[in-house]
Amino acid sequence: MSAGNKSVLTKPIVDNNPIALQVLGICSALAVTSSMVNALVMSLAVIFVTGFSNLFISIIRNQIPSSVRIIVQMAIIASLVIVVDQVLKAFSYSLSQELAVYIGLIITNCIVMGRAEAFAMKEKPGVSFMDGIGNGLGYGFILLTVAFFRELFGFGTVFGVEILPLIQNGGWYQANGMLVLPFSSFFVIGLIIWAIRQWKPEQVEKD
Amino acid sequence: MSANKETFSRTVIFVFAVCLVCAALVSISAVQLKPLQVANKLLDQQTKILEAASLLEKTDGTSKSIKATYAQYVEARMIDLDSGEFIEGDPNLFDERRNSRDVTKSEKLENDIAGISRRSHDAVIYIVKNDAGNVDAVVFPIVGSGLWDLMYGFVGLESDLNTVRNVIYTAEMKETPGLGAEVLNPKWKALWPGKKIYNDNFDVAVQLVKGGVKPGNPNEINQVDGLSGATLTANGVTNTLRFWFGEQGYKPFIAKNRDGGLK
Repeated sequence: MSAGNKSVLTKPIVDNNPIALQVLGICSALAVTSSMVNALVMSLAVIFVTGFSNLFISIIRNQIPSSVRIIVQMAIIASLVIVVDQVLKAFSYSLSQELAVYIGLIITNCIVMGRAEAFAMKEKPGVSFMDGIGNGLGYGFILLTVAFFRELFGFGTVFGVEILPLIQNGGWYQANGMLVLPFSSFFVIGLIIWAIRQWKPEQVEKD
Repeated sequence: MSANKETFSRTVIFVFAVCLVCAALVSISAVQLKPLQVANKLLDQQTKILEAASLLEKTDGTSKSIKATYAQYVEARMIDLDSGEFIEGDPNLFDERRNSRDVTKSEKLENDIAGISRRSHDAVIYIVKNDAGNVDAVVFPIVGSGLWDLMYGFVGLESDLNTVRNVIYTAEMKETPGLGAEVLNPKWKALWPGKKIYNDNFDVAVQLVKGGVKPGNPNEINQVDGLSGATLTANGVTNTLRFWFGEQGYKPFIAKNRDGGLK
């Protein structure tokens, strides 16, 4: 892998994170982060979709008439999302029930569309694929971080394994009911953005 | 080539080609994965039925042993809900969700406490036999509104058709995680075994009690702790059980078979 490809892959994880810096894809980050398992599956689905939609769109980028380019991108993204949904239904029925509409809503995830339009329409397939994977990883990184805090303090578990024994199960930890609710992700994401900008002050917008 | 890519005919051809490829991709994946999806769904249902009948411990958790255990102990039978009689029909073809939307196969409910609006004429029940071939338990499917949407589940009763063995909801629900979705919590499910659906007068008496069951009260045997922070889901569960074990549900069937008539 060339140095250029590598930076395209790793930059979106912290330096140009789609959620923390670009502030895209917040909607699903609220919905599926109540448990680590859900967040992990969702992240893998998004990594797959961003990677391959970028790849396919980049392959045909010189052929796409500009008048219909958004629709063509949508068609490709939607097909990939349906495939992901079908695969999930076939291999993990209970997970697909829990994630339900959110898998379908990857179609409307701004990250996928945003990277297709901003990157894959201009760049070569290989580097576009890397950019898609990288942005998916960046999304997954935030999702898993949020899910870690929400599951740990909301349910006392991580990946379903008990870490903080709950009072109702005979332990000492009083679960934080607020973190169970989707809006609590706003607080967690806000704190993550703050932490990243403390670490990398160049991300702070000049006003 | 690329100079004239913006012409009308070329755009149409391009879009058509993209659609064709995408459609092929989607169709192939849907058709190829269909058998796996159907098998997965059936396995999930069989797992829940075994769990309701407390037979999941007999399996080693693999899909093969779940299927084998289900085939060995569980027999699905069709019943007519109004008369409570067994009827002919293939339980594998029965689809409660399709039936309850079909006017010829369901009826509009007068007293719709479960919030399901229409109820299928027929139902499938699952008769569980023990190694000696006697009826050990009966599993009844239930459906009713929780707080956000319908909740589907299975109730396993002992062969007296009154004592609860388990109340198992499926994961296919939209109840709030940590609150209403606690109906899936093993601690709450463990409150059910031994509780009774009916009181001494054969009236449906089962209910979830907000704030917890008072020990020693005369109705304790019919009561289960509610879900803290999820009163509306708990009310939904109470109403679902009262509907399905009442006159509009399985009561006619249970009235006919509760004196050990079931074979």
